[in-house]
Amino acid sequence: MEKDIVNIGKSVVIKGELNGSEDLTIEGHVEGTIQLRDHVLTIGPNGKIKAQVFAKAVIVLGEVHGNVTASEKVDIRDNGSVEGDIVSPRIAIAEGAHFKGSVDMQRKGAAPQGKPAAAPAPVPQPQAAAQAAAPQRVGV
Amino acid sequence: MGLLDRISSRRGDHEPAVFQTPAASDPLFSTKALRKFLSCLTSREQPVLIDLGPVVGSNIAYFGEQLGCKIFVTDLFADLDRFAREGRVEGFADYLDKKFTQDSASVDGILCWDFIDYLDKPTAAHLAMHLTRVLRPEGALLGFFGNAAQNGDSHYNKFIVADEGVNLKARAYPALRRRQSVLLNRDIIKLFSGLRVSDSFLLKNNQREILFRKPA
Repeated sequence: MEKDIVNIGKSVVIKGELNGSEDLTIEGHVEGTIQLRDHVLTIGPNGKIKAQVFAKAVIVLGEVHGNVTASEKVDIRDNGSVEGDIVSPRIAIAEGAHFKGSVDMQRKGAAPQGKPAAAPAPVPQPQAAAQAAAPQRVGV
Repeated sequence: MGLLDRISSRRGDHEPAVFQTPAASDPLFSTKALRKFLSCLTSREQPVLIDLGPVVGSNIAYFGEQLGCKIFVTDLFADLDRFAREGRVEGFADYLDKKFTQDSASVDGILCWDFIDYLDKPTAAHLAMHLTRVLRPEGALLGFFGNAAQNGDSHYNKFIVADEGVNLKARAYPALRRRQSVLLNRDIIKLFSGLRVSDSFLLKNNQREILFRKPA
C-alpha cells in the first residue's frame, strides 16, 4: 500500500499550531509550532518555517528558524538552512547546508558516560602521524 | 573511561557515524593540539563545546555523536563577512556582546580555529575576553595563528576533523576579509591573559597551534 504524504503547497501560509499523524511535506510558510511526533516532516526547497518543530525525523531542504527536536534524525540537505537549536540522536548536515545554533545528540536512556578519576584520559598518538607532523614546541 | 573507549562504546550501540569525505584537494595536516584538546573534553560527562567556525557535518557527527558533546555552532566567519560587506566592521565588537550570552564558566571547550587572525587587535581582545569568561575552570581553547601574511585572494578556512582528530583538512573558501596581522606569541598570550598556554606547536605549514587552559 502506498504511504500517504501530505503536502502544504508554495502559496499556503499557516500561523498557529500544526499537528498531524502522517508524514508531511511543507513547501509554503508556517509560523508557530509543528508536531508530527511519529512521522517525518520534510521542509521542501521552497518551505520557510518559523516554528518550534517536533517530529520523528526532519528533512530540511528549505529554511527553518526555530528549534528542532527529532526522536530519530535531522537531515539538513544541500542548500537547506537551520537557525536554531537541534535535539536529535542523529544529525546529518550536507556540505553546502547552513546551520547556526546548538546541537544536542544525547539520546534518551543512554547509559551515563564514566568519568576518569583524575587526569584526562591520554589520547594515543599514532607514531607515523606524529612523525609526519614533526611539530616543534614554540617557546611561548 | 578513556576517549577511545568512549568512542568504541558509542559506536557499538547504534549505527556508525557517516563521515563526509573531504575533497582530495584539501590540504591535510597533522595536528597535535587537537588530540590534547579532545582529551580535555572527554574528562567531562556531556561537554559543552563552542565552535567559532562554519558548520561541518562530519565534525558535528564526530563531536556530537562520538564524543557526546553539546555543540554551539556560531560561524563567526559568516558574521564577520557580513559586517565587512556592509562596511561596518568597527561594530563587530559590540555584536560579540550580543552573541556570547552563555553563562560565565559554562563551556568546556572552544574551537577558535584561526578566527583571531581576521580581527583587528581591539576586537580580538574583546572576543578573547568573552571566550575567557564563558570557559569553565580547566576548560580548553584551541587556536590557530598564522606565521605569515596572507598572499593572494583572501579566504577563510573550514577545518575538517579527519582520522579521529589526528589530522585536519583545511578547506579554503572565499572571504571579503583578509588576515589582519601576524600576532607575536607574546601578543597572543597577552590577548588570552586569563588563560594559560598548555601546549604550543609550530607546524610544518607555518601555522601555530596553541592550546589554552583556564586555571582552576
